[in-house]
Amino acid sequence: MLKNTYYSLRTNRIQRVNMINFVATLNALMETSNQTLATVEQAVELGLLPEEFDLIKEILGRTPNFTEVSIYSVMWSEHCSYKNSIKWLKTLPKEGPHMLVEAGEENAGLVDLGDGLACAFKIESHNHPSAIEPYQGAATGVGGINRDIFTMGARPIAQLNSLRFGDIARDKTKWLVEGVVKGIGDYGNSFGVPIVGGEVFFDESYNQNPLVNAFSAGILEGDMISATATGPGNPVYIVGSATGKDGIAGAAFASKDITEDSADDLPSVQVGDPFQEKLLLEATLELAKTDAVVGMQDMGAAGITCSTCEMSAAGEVGMEIDLSKVPTRQENMKDWEILLSESQERMLVVVEKGKESIVESIFEKWDLHAEEIGVVTDTGWINYHMNGEKVASVPAESLVLGGGAPVYDREYKEPAYYEEYKKFKIDDVAEPRDLVDVAVSLIKNPNIASKRWVYEQYDSMVGTKTMTTNRPSDAGIVNIKGTNKAIAMTVDCNSRYVHADPQLGAQIAVSEAARNIVCSGGIPSAVTNCLNFGNPYNPESYWQFVGAVTGMGEACRKFNTPVTGGNVSFYNQSVIDGKEEPVFPTPTIGMIGVVPDKSKIMTLDFKSKGDLIFIVGESKDDISSSEYLVSYHGVKKSPAPSFDLEKEFELQETIKGLIADRHINAAHDCADGGLFITLLEMAMANDLGFDIVTDAEIREDAFLFGEAQSRVVVAVNEDQEDEFLEFMMRQKVPYTLLGHVTKGKVVVDDLHYGFVNELKDIYDNALAKALA
Amino acid sequence: MKFGVVTFPGSNCNQDMIDTLKDELNQEVVELWHKDSDLQGVDFVMLPGGFSYGDYLRSGAIARFSPIMNEVVAHAERGGYVMGVCNGFQILCESGLLEGALLHNNSQKFICKNVYLKPESSSAAISKGLDANKSYKIPIAHGEGRFFAPDDMLKSIKDNDQVLFRYCSEGAEVNDEFNPNGSLENIAGITNKGKNVFGMMPHPERAADPNLSNTDGKLLFESILNNI
Repeated sequence: MLKNTYYSLRTNRIQRVNMINFVATLNALMETSNQTLATVEQAVELGLLPEEFDLIKEILGRTPNFTEVSIYSVMWSEHCSYKNSIKWLKTLPKEGPHMLVEAGEENAGLVDLGDGLACAFKIESHNHPSAIEPYQGAATGVGGINRDIFTMGARPIAQLNSLRFGDIARDKTKWLVEGVVKGIGDYGNSFGVPIVGGEVFFDESYNQNPLVNAFSAGILEGDMISATATGPGNPVYIVGSATGKDGIAGAAFASKDITEDSADDLPSVQVGDPFQEKLLLEATLELAKTDAVVGMQDMGAAGITCSTCEMSAAGEVGMEIDLSKVPTRQENMKDWEILLSESQERMLVVVEKGKESIVESIFEKWDLHAEEIGVVTDTGWINYHMNGEKVASVPAESLVLGGGAPVYDREYKEPAYYEEYKKFKIDDVAEPRDLVDVAVSLIKNPNIASKRWVYEQYDSMVGTKTMTTNRPSDAGIVNIKGTNKAIAMTVDCNSRYVHADPQLGAQIAVSEAARNIVCSGGIPSAVTNCLNFGNPYNPESYWQFVGAVTGMGEACRKFNTPVTGGNVSFYNQSVIDGKEEPVFPTPTIGMIGVVPDKSKIMTLDFKSKGDLIFIVGESKDDISSSEYLVSYHGVKKSPAPSFDLEKEFELQETIKGLIADRHINAAHDCADGGLFITLLEMAMANDLGFDIVTDAEIREDAFLFGEAQSRVVVAVNEDQEDEFLEFMMRQKVPYTLLGHVTKGKVVVDDLHYGFVNELKDIYDNALAKALA
Repeated sequence: MKFGVVTFPGSNCNQDMIDTLKDELNQEVVELWHKDSDLQGVDFVMLPGGFSYGDYLRSGAIARFSPIMNEVVAHAERGGYVMGVCNGFQILCESGLLEGALLHNNSQKFICKNVYLKPESSSAAISKGLDANKSYKIPIAHGEGRFFAPDDMLKSIKDNDQVLFRYCSEGAEVNDEFNPNGSLENIAGITNKGKNVFGMMPHPERAADPNLSNTDGKLLFESILNNI
């Protein structure tokens, strides 16, 4: 069976520098050439390569008309076809013990939770729309990812997001942050799915191109709905919102570099309506309980075109579609406008013949459109009609990934900076005399300070399942009501490490995600990824992509966490003075894990004065790529921090054992900002402090602020010290007693760093101040 | 007691309220649909949180015209119990069952976090069973929660012991620092003169399940059950 949603919709597509305004071009061309034969020049203007135009002629056995070329241009875009990435994506591990649906089979991956339940989850980007219209861009990103989950019949239960912005001092960055956060909040808050975690990172590489990656997870009870059309004679419905001119050819826009003229593309940005999405969710889940549905797919990029082609190809069938029956928001929409519209909150549903009234009554209950627009055929061809006239005829299989869509092998080349960064030595940087000053500068650094300003704008508690509101953990934890299980979830990627070393950096991203799951008491299950990169036609950018996918695959195999899908977003770059400026390569990892026993959820907060503090893992003379090195010393050129996948694996197994045997009462991984920030985060939750000593063998700044990987801080009740030590002596992983929890004083090597409430005040308010 | 939880098309806390009443308080619950015009004989109507009809207009402004609300208003006028949480409180103010209005938060931002409430009314069932000198940790999640009433209305609300809760510190001090949204005199919830209609912005149903490590909200429901 053909499956074409390996990595599915709403990503970016091929860049054509001459495509100044896709919509205008289309408009101008369609005025004169509707139903007339297309030329190679027109195909190129729509983003196809000349050889791809020849391929279309070969497939059809004739010269395509203009509407047909526009269908191919969208379906063979990077966005839908993954033609420049699929070769490498196929190297990622897909199989795992708990996989019900593997990568590429459906709209999202599906993991078995036991007890008759399964978890559908996925992450996607909405970078380009967010760059010019942050509010709607981010809002519709949230809408899109949630539709991918509930189109399978799963109810979304939690969301995460991963956001990256430019230099926080710039007015434009502040505007983008305000808009993106409000867009995510307004959409998700109304839709009613809590945001239980995420990450926000600032770096000047994102000045022109912010990244907005949205993750959603849902619970499936009962049978999954497949994105497959079958059964010739079965009616095809469009349900949900009416189709308008918003978002026409948004996919094409997403394929371009962001320039000063990008604001002219505003009509390419879709407009979200969370209330419609909420209605569509409830109607869809009600429909899923009936036996009336054959298959269903949401409409993302390329709207009706993509959903009809993909569902038909998946079921090896065809369709007759009458575009004049599609409910529209305005009169006299043209056939190509209806085909390419990316109006939100719509789905394509194939219904079992004879059960139409079941579908219609459910959608009527929820006051939504449900219009029969066509029928499944056994021809394998999709014929689109408008007002009684056939406007396009294409074989479904020829349009999709795994079918006729082209696959390319791109050239890649190691950039010169890679070796240069490795020349960095810690001795090149003098150790500051005043480490308290370093600590305070890191506490107020926007990449480290509390993200409260962001997350308080999101409803994090709707659904009454969020277990981490009152008991913070390294991962977000969502209760599965009626069972003893919970799901842990996290999104992670330190893109600075990936830039310094794509392969190692991606290994670290997967490892950090797994570490967060493990530190919260979960067992890592599976991964979804969002691969944000520059131009795939630039060999140095593509080298970053290849390295990152390779490293990701290695780490996912080590942790037995298959990649269930996600998306690829290329062209996250700007051309400034003729030079391509890509963002840091950012392969965001979304990971879920199962917490098999809720009584063993591990939290990160220090519990009481006197508890012993240990660091598990090896401390090193390593400040490479740390926030400390970059922000305090201004050194940007250094390699990724020290990392070894085997040692990481051993560390995580040890932490799992400590939690399973109840030897520790808190665990928190050492990440951005290093050990000091880790300790402070553990202390602030309950207004406690800590008193520790550093290691004489290691430079003090590296010990406190370095970001050497594979380290976890744990707290142990004094009475349990012996059991803890006995357990640790049986492990291979090194560990060191650092000190103990205090009533509120923060002390390192007898030097007073302040009281926790003073430091917390700085930590809590720094981001709001920086954005003011 | 038989509770009825109303589902408007954009309600998103209806299931949370149902779970709380059924699973944590062992009450009988029926689901009421916004297009219905029958309360199915319930004793107590709950209007849950959410975005009733999208709330692109003023929150709750459309919901008051729904068929079920005609019945809810009639039920309240007969002395029947009604409670609105968050969007439910907004709908009660829009429909005239409660006085005052809920404006955009003074930050102009949606706010979701734990806050502390100090119970006040000694004559309303929801607060009279609580300790008026203590604080209760209950989450808020709203964009339009700033309680407002003209001076004379506020005076009458206070004179009639209609203030249910005020935002306060963990130590139960009521002052501006602990007012999350700019509500008049830190008011977080009120009742009507008859003490049979309750409205509050914070979500007690989000603080009732022990799995969430905060059950202060359950105490509010228990106060209701013990006092009516």
